[in-house]
Amino acid sequence: MLRRTLLASAAAVAGLSGLAMADGHEPVKVGFVYVGPIGDGGWTYEHHQGLLAVQEEFGDAVETVFVESVPEGPDAERVMTQMALEGADLIFTTSFGYMDPTINVAAQFPDVRFEHATGYKQADNVSVYSARFYEGRAVQGHIAGQMTESNIVGYIASFPIPEVIRGINAAYIHAKEVNPDVEFKIIWAYTWFDPAKEAEAANTLIEQGADIILQHTDSTAPQAAAEAANEAGATVYTFGQASDMIEFAPAPRVSSIIDNWAPYYIERTQAVIDGSWESVSTWDGMDTGMVEIGEITDAVPADVKASAEAMIAAITAGEYHPFTGPINKQDGSVWLAEGETAADYGDNGLAGLNFYVEGLTAEVPQ
Amino acid sequence: MITLEKRPQPSQVWSMASPLVAVLLTMIAGAGLFAALGQDPIEALAKIFWEPLFGEFSFFYRPQLLIKGAPLVLIAIGLSLGFRAGIWNIGAEGQYIIGALSGAAVALALYPSEARWLVFPLMVIAGAFGGFAWAMIPGILRVKFKTNEILVSLMLVYVAEQLLASMALGAMRNPDGQGFPGSRNMAQMDAATSWINQSAGMHWGVVAAFIAVIFAYVLLARHVLGFQIKLAGQAPRAAAFSGTNPARLILFCLGTSGALAGMAGMFEISGPSGIVSIDFNVGYGFTAIIVAFLGRLHPVGILLAAGLMALTYIGGDVAQSSLGLPGAAIQVFQGMLLFFLLAVDVLTNYRFRFGTKGVA
Repeated sequence: MLRRTLLASAAAVAGLSGLAMADGHEPVKVGFVYVGPIGDGGWTYEHHQGLLAVQEEFGDAVETVFVESVPEGPDAERVMTQMALEGADLIFTTSFGYMDPTINVAAQFPDVRFEHATGYKQADNVSVYSARFYEGRAVQGHIAGQMTESNIVGYIASFPIPEVIRGINAAYIHAKEVNPDVEFKIIWAYTWFDPAKEAEAANTLIEQGADIILQHTDSTAPQAAAEAANEAGATVYTFGQASDMIEFAPAPRVSSIIDNWAPYYIERTQAVIDGSWESVSTWDGMDTGMVEIGEITDAVPADVKASAEAMIAAITAGEYHPFTGPINKQDGSVWLAEGETAADYGDNGLAGLNFYVEGLTAEVPQ
Repeated sequence: MITLEKRPQPSQVWSMASPLVAVLLTMIAGAGLFAALGQDPIEALAKIFWEPLFGEFSFFYRPQLLIKGAPLVLIAIGLSLGFRAGIWNIGAEGQYIIGALSGAAVALALYPSEARWLVFPLMVIAGAFGGFAWAMIPGILRVKFKTNEILVSLMLVYVAEQLLASMALGAMRNPDGQGFPGSRNMAQMDAATSWINQSAGMHWGVVAAFIAVIFAYVLLARHVLGFQIKLAGQAPRAAAFSGTNPARLILFCLGTSGALAGMAGMFEISGPSGIVSIDFNVGYGFTAIIVAFLGRLHPVGILLAAGLMALTYIGGDVAQSSLGLPGAAIQVFQGMLLFFLLAVDVLTNYRFRFGTKGVA
């Protein structure tokens, strides 16, 4: 009974907004659900930059709303439902853990379009989109392998999901390629955003001899920790994650991976305005500019910088795939044969990657 | 000159009034905060407190209050027993996780059994027992070795979180999940779901929360154990003379609060949450501490306090998305509630004296 009411009202709301859109008076409403605060300086910050870009692009034709720091679970489902009820036409849910909530809510609001970042479950009104961050990781590994003096690279990982494991593998393969003695120490923080935990992980890695810190968490805390260590006499380098984190340049931050969501968000909003929105699966990289590499600072030797830039150019041009065989799995079995590049989907595909490559000594947490 | 003077007896009036005054002060200070952020303070407060209850979409938000409030009530009721007796279980979050894992273990082990009459009761028992057992660790350590239960129970939260991560990634991972972490969805299993009516917000945890309120009320008002709990907190020596066994009381209070927290976790994971995921716990165990004190450690008070906390969460999200209030402002607002409660509570035991008492 109540369910029916909910659906009926939802339909009414969607119908109203549909009418309004045809009228051209009522703005298209775009909602964003964030896993962290917009001031995290990393992941959520960049998504919010995307929101601002949408707002600037369309002006009064679009109304944007967002809710930040939404836990991945029942709360996410409530926030999405709330947005849909309040008339959102398009909702971006920007964390992996929002996958099931997005699918559940989308099923109740067939006329609202959803876009889920980094997931793999699609529906008629749910698109998925992600970026090939591993392309950037390859460049980081390439630089890190040559910059390290201790041959120990510290890696602050978030959750053992394919996206993170892809990043570790890509960084390791390219560090190893330029420095056969390199070793990765990985700490799993089990959080996307927790400055205290991230700083603690960075300090632990530095104490264990790491002089490069790579992070797959969203705050600038590891950068600050490295900066503090450098002031105390150490030499530790870091890379900005998700956002440029340029305030820590020229060192410890020597480069960064920047997620540039703005063009995608603008394109998808435009599609809703035009009525041409369809459920799609997007996975873009450096070629479309969704993944950008932040300025490589002068702390990096010129020859290293030059070869890194060559690699960026090759990946951007589609001439080089960061996962090109021969690459073995951690257990020694063949993953990619000589010259073979990793497929996106299927068994051993990149989308569901859950194993380390040969040479990494840690184990994927089980 | 104004001085604070200890009251000969704690004031009954202020004990009841202080939560209300605290809520009022929070609203006033919150209005100031929202105004400082450039919002219409009345509108912001209306979005938080009025919109979810009586607004256009209250048909959706009201059931959400049950979902958000039920675990808070269940956990806070258990905590209040111990708090009354001076036994401080700060680790309900951990017991909540372990209860959820125990319940989920039963559901996943028996999947795809369709015998709900067997699966669900077993899950409830396992959930309660899991929380109970986790709370027994600080309990037995306290009784046997006089360790501090505050520290031990709190530290065990972090152990429980690691265990949760390990389960979501390993033993309980969905074999059909393409390698992604997280278990099968128990909310979709007819034999295991705790939902009674999802769109009405009704699940068995809501039912259990109401039962717990009645049970705690009767225990405290009518049963000798309730008398001993209250006595142990107010006058430990008198309690000892009247034949209270302190060790038994500690184990009872910790065990009961653990079992209730465990059940709350089990109902949550087989209903609103559905899956064992790495970040399944969102802090109910800690928020319940605020709820317990806001509710004056009284069962009915806790019921009201949990409703209020749930309202600030739901209304806070409404205010965020409709007014663009920052999430941190909502958290500050919630924090102020506890701050003012503690501040106003001074008046329960002390009173103001105006004028000088003599030459300094």
